[in-house]
Amino acid sequence: MDFFCFLAAFLLLLRLRREIRFSQLSIKWGRMLLFGSFAIVGLYFFFHEFFDDDISNIVAGFLLVGLITYLRKEPDFKAFDILLFAHYPLAIVAIFNGFTELAFSKFYAENDDYFQIAQLVAFGWIFARLSTSKKQREEIKRVNERRSELEALVAERTVELTQQKNELQETIKELQATQAQLIQQEKLASLGELTAGIAHEIQNPLNFVNNFSEVSMELIDEMQEELTKGDTEEVLAIASDIKQNLEKIRHHGKRADGIVKGMLQHSRASSNVKEPTNINTIADEYFRLAYHGLRAKDKSFNAELIANLDAELPMANIVSQDVGRVLLNMFTNAFYAVHERKKTAGPEFKPVVEVSTRQVASAIEVRIKDNGTGIPDSIKDKIMQPFFTTKPAGEGTGLGLSLSYDIIVKAHKGTININSAEGQGTEFVITLPLK
Amino acid sequence: MKVLVVDDEEDVQPLFLQRFRKEVRNGEIEFTFARSGEEALNYLEEKYSEVVLILSDINMPGMSGIELLSHIREVFDTPPPPVVMMITAYGDDENHRQAMEKGANDFLTKPLDFNLLKEKLKHITG
Repeated sequence: MDFFCFLAAFLLLLRLRREIRFSQLSIKWGRMLLFGSFAIVGLYFFFHEFFDDDISNIVAGFLLVGLITYLRKEPDFKAFDILLFAHYPLAIVAIFNGFTELAFSKFYAENDDYFQIAQLVAFGWIFARLSTSKKQREEIKRVNERRSELEALVAERTVELTQQKNELQETIKELQATQAQLIQQEKLASLGELTAGIAHEIQNPLNFVNNFSEVSMELIDEMQEELTKGDTEEVLAIASDIKQNLEKIRHHGKRADGIVKGMLQHSRASSNVKEPTNINTIADEYFRLAYHGLRAKDKSFNAELIANLDAELPMANIVSQDVGRVLLNMFTNAFYAVHERKKTAGPEFKPVVEVSTRQVASAIEVRIKDNGTGIPDSIKDKIMQPFFTTKPAGEGTGLGLSLSYDIIVKAHKGTININSAEGQGTEFVITLPLK
Repeated sequence: MKVLVVDDEEDVQPLFLQRFRKEVRNGEIEFTFARSGEEALNYLEEKYSEVVLILSDINMPGMSGIELLSHIREVFDTPPPPVVMMITAYGDDENHRQAMEKGANDFLTKPLDFNLLKEKLKHITG
């Protein structure tokens, strides 16, 4: 009966070889399986010729058990598991029969029909399982195909998503660059508003410098005349006038100097360094610059400027150019509002813009008050939003108050409050903590 | 001759006094200064008849020089009307046109040419 075991092992290897013929596994296993099948034929002839049927059957049984155990451990043959497993009954029956024949040869001889039938049934079982195994393999193959389809789909989607993510990142970068540009533009726009004001503010002190130096030269001529005449009293009077004039020249020179420095500071990128600063100085400076800037653009514009600056105001630790920018923005808004109201109000309307500073507990309070158009309730919530503007297209960037909010509230931990009544005026109250 | 100078810049005062040093000393010219249009009008309320010449800046906070000019022409129209000269830093056509329209006698640009101004004053007195 050893023949069936050897035959089963031989057929198994041939079948495996045939099944993997066209796959990657063929390269790895094809040759080994072929040699294996030859070896089994060799072993069969060897054991069949030189050993009794019982020994040969046991050997064949163990050979088969070893073979299928080895193959079942190989992941490459996972798909053939049912087929491999179907060989165990035959192997076990063969070993059982072999041992029974060896130990109880008489009993075996008497019942050899049953033993042989058992072995034949076990052999037949393999073929019965063959079709099931085929179905399973087909199922596995189908699942694998579906899986690779899905994997391809997932890979495709992943590529799409990655691409989209990259595009979005690119867009964010562009938006950030645009934002930075807009902020720079806002700074330049406010500088543009200042230019005419600055020209006026510089021209005035320069005129004084020129005039006082000219008049001083004349005075020196006069002084020389008086010296030759010997009128000492007059000479002394003239000398004191000249001294006073030189003092004025210095004063106006410094005034122009301060304005140029302020302008440079305004256009420079923010240093973000907080320094003790006199808020009165920047409030006064930007108040006048904003006024003259608007005056230069529109000759019909006029307003009364009131400055109530607390002389006792302590120094505040601030980034002066940033806070200056905020004040400039608020002044410009105030002047714009009174100018708008004047367009519709009668000639009896007197535009007034007032700035006041004072210390409140441990903070400095700056109030910018106008009697302009006021802010309608419907837009009060929106005015601090970026890009919100009521000015005609091209006149405002809509970033002024939004930047002001960032500077005062976020960078300086201060507050901005708005009191406004439509048609009556607006008051912005800025507080900056002294720390 | 009484001259009213209207300018928001304080240092205009010593400048005029020194530039017209001799004239002031000889009593040819007497200067009065106002820092705003409102102040100038207040002064004119009282001393209108004495003022021969008004020199006014255009660009001032509050009442502008142009507004002051039209007030003067409206309110103080009893003859002889004072001579009004407008002064501005910008010296642009628009201000010039407006000043002339409102009845300014002359138009001067900053920086002031005092020699030219002296010539013009001689013209008025002569």
